[in-house]
Amino acid sequence: MNILKFFTAGSVDDGKSTLIGRLLYDTDSILADQLEALQRSNRKNDDGTIDLAILTDGLRAEREQGITIDVAYKYFQTEKRKFIIADTPGHIQYTRNMVTGASTANLAIILIDARNGVVEQTIRHSYIVSLLGIKHVVVCINKMDMVDYSETVYSSIIGKYKILAQQLKLADVTYIPVSALKGDNVVQASETMQWYEGESLLHFLEKVDTDHLDRSQLARMPVQWVVRPQTEELHDYRGYAGRILSGTFNVNDKVTVLPSGASSVVEKIEFFDETLDAAHAGQSVIIHLKDDVDISRGDTIVNASALPQETKLIEADLCWMDTRALDTSIMYNIQHNSKVTKCKISEILHKVDINTLEKHAAEVFKLNDIGRVIVKTADALAFDLYDDNRANGSAILVDTRTNLTVGALMFRAAVE
Amino acid sequence: MSTYNFDYLDELEAEAIHILREVAGQFEKPALLFSGGKDSITLVRLAEKAFRPGKFPFPLVHIDTGHNFEETITYRDQMVERIGEKLIIGSVQESIDQAKVVEQTGKNASRNALQTVTLLDTIAKYQFDACIGGARRDEEKARAKERIFSVRDEFGQWDPKRQRPELWNIYNGKIHKGENIRVFPISNWTELDVWNYIRREKIDLPSIYFSHERDCITRNGQLMAASPFLNMDDEDVVERKQVRFRTVGDMSCTAAVESDAFLIDDIISEISASKISERGARLDDKVSEAAMEDRKKGGYF
Repeated sequence: MNILKFFTAGSVDDGKSTLIGRLLYDTDSILADQLEALQRSNRKNDDGTIDLAILTDGLRAEREQGITIDVAYKYFQTEKRKFIIADTPGHIQYTRNMVTGASTANLAIILIDARNGVVEQTIRHSYIVSLLGIKHVVVCINKMDMVDYSETVYSSIIGKYKILAQQLKLADVTYIPVSALKGDNVVQASETMQWYEGESLLHFLEKVDTDHLDRSQLARMPVQWVVRPQTEELHDYRGYAGRILSGTFNVNDKVTVLPSGASSVVEKIEFFDETLDAAHAGQSVIIHLKDDVDISRGDTIVNASALPQETKLIEADLCWMDTRALDTSIMYNIQHNSKVTKCKISEILHKVDINTLEKHAAEVFKLNDIGRVIVKTADALAFDLYDDNRANGSAILVDTRTNLTVGALMFRAAVE
Repeated sequence: MSTYNFDYLDELEAEAIHILREVAGQFEKPALLFSGGKDSITLVRLAEKAFRPGKFPFPLVHIDTGHNFEETITYRDQMVERIGEKLIIGSVQESIDQAKVVEQTGKNASRNALQTVTLLDTIAKYQFDACIGGARRDEEKARAKERIFSVRDEFGQWDPKRQRPELWNIYNGKIHKGENIRVFPISNWTELDVWNYIRREKIDLPSIYFSHERDCITRNGQLMAASPFLNMDDEDVVERKQVRFRTVGDMSCTAAVESDAFLIDDIISEISASKISERGARLDDKVSEAAMEDRKKGGYF
């Protein structure tokens, strides 16, 4: 059994929380005492049934205002798969929280209200999905009960969405007509929409390919920690601990250590009390090298025959996440895996109006702004392009005055 | 698709090890908060996997309410002996003796809330900049919102409205002096995941997790272990019951469930079929809908 992490984009009005509530409810993932707490709550649907949306609103302010402010993580499993849902707010003022939720997801569910069709926020949410490089997209046309379960309405909406998907280069899009409120096509197949021949949302989620851990074949391991017991019997023990970002390391592979450029060979791979022949993407291991090279936290061990980019000037997409605007005159910290160095945003190439997808020149980035910039780093980073290798192509910006995470960066090109 | 076998427990484990190593790499004085419960026992195993054959780069810290299940303390001491790591104890009794907190009175008195003061004092005394805890997002809806690296201000407070964005697997551990970060490596695990992991790893647990006979009383619909720490009166009827505990906390606020689960397989079947959440047996969460959110804002685990 494996894990599928997905995130949901849509606003309260689209019935996003109701959809998640429905998934949990119909898969029997809500326990009796939680249901009892729900029943005690005075938020009910018009017909007196439990408002499933309350299940996902965790904070007092969210319950009071009836909106989702921050990402909530929900967990459920079926016999086939474990699911982690990042329930993200859909409103434009919480775009950064949507980006946060999307950053670890392998699949996105985009909700469209059947009564309204493709609207401004559908474009915004879909843009974020493409920006964050999420491979699979499920477009749920919700509230089908409000449009008499009409196939014509459904077909017209997906016709419009297909144009958007093409524009955003979303390759793998699946469309499902649902009613989260009534339960049609969420877990159980709809009895009213006989014209729909596809699967219910849950069945699709159970089956979709999760080839997500190993998209890139390039072997990369950032060193997080050097294990040196310094005991009598392990006097010379020196192991490099880290998580394999991508690809595979085999014993006897030739490797390069960046930024020093030192060459060596994998001598041994350990995982606690086991010795492994190979370590694959996703695994947290300890690697030993044949040669005594100087390696510390922040260095990256890579396959010698497939080196990453190494520059101090990088073209990247930036999502600004702080209430204080970007200041191109000051230095920020950039954190790329275990490496931290100083940087400046040396140039703003353009900003994207995420409601219309139009690009325009800009002097400043404010909260929730997204666009293309040039980052200039103090030390060179050993990175891959985001589209090739999500884990080694992303970084965050930290404001050293406040220590807040203020920006998310997706590397698009090395600037020569 | 790669052909190697990497299932959900492997993935959760690898993520937790990565987080623990980030703590080691980013902080000067981290600590692992150890309660003697199954989640913190799981953390210890994960720390072994992250750092062996080296030593842990942090001590274990137990915030001791003094109202413990004896079995937990025995377990704790044996475990510390086995792994050869340092244990620091923060004592709620000491906080009471120093008049920093006042013991609750009345029938439902518990030391659970007092722990926060002792925890914050212990953090200040040893100047811990990161405290690793075993909280999980599936436990409770305020926890479902919390980051893996969760900043606490100088007063130990969590501000749910001002959480830092946490992207990809990059954790920002930068803090100002006086602040600290709570780190939750098993945020993405469910109760069932923890049990399946304990089974797979053959991890020993305190005996109170398994079915045993015990004197209990019924309070507010919950079974409580009869103990000197519980304020009992004539209305309380002591009954001998076959029970086990799903969580291990202060004796005065942790309820038992009737159970015949003697083995870990029995427990896993029991939980899989259960219709009550784990924290349903915690009186501390029943106070109000925002009970956990409020305690976390005040500096709780």
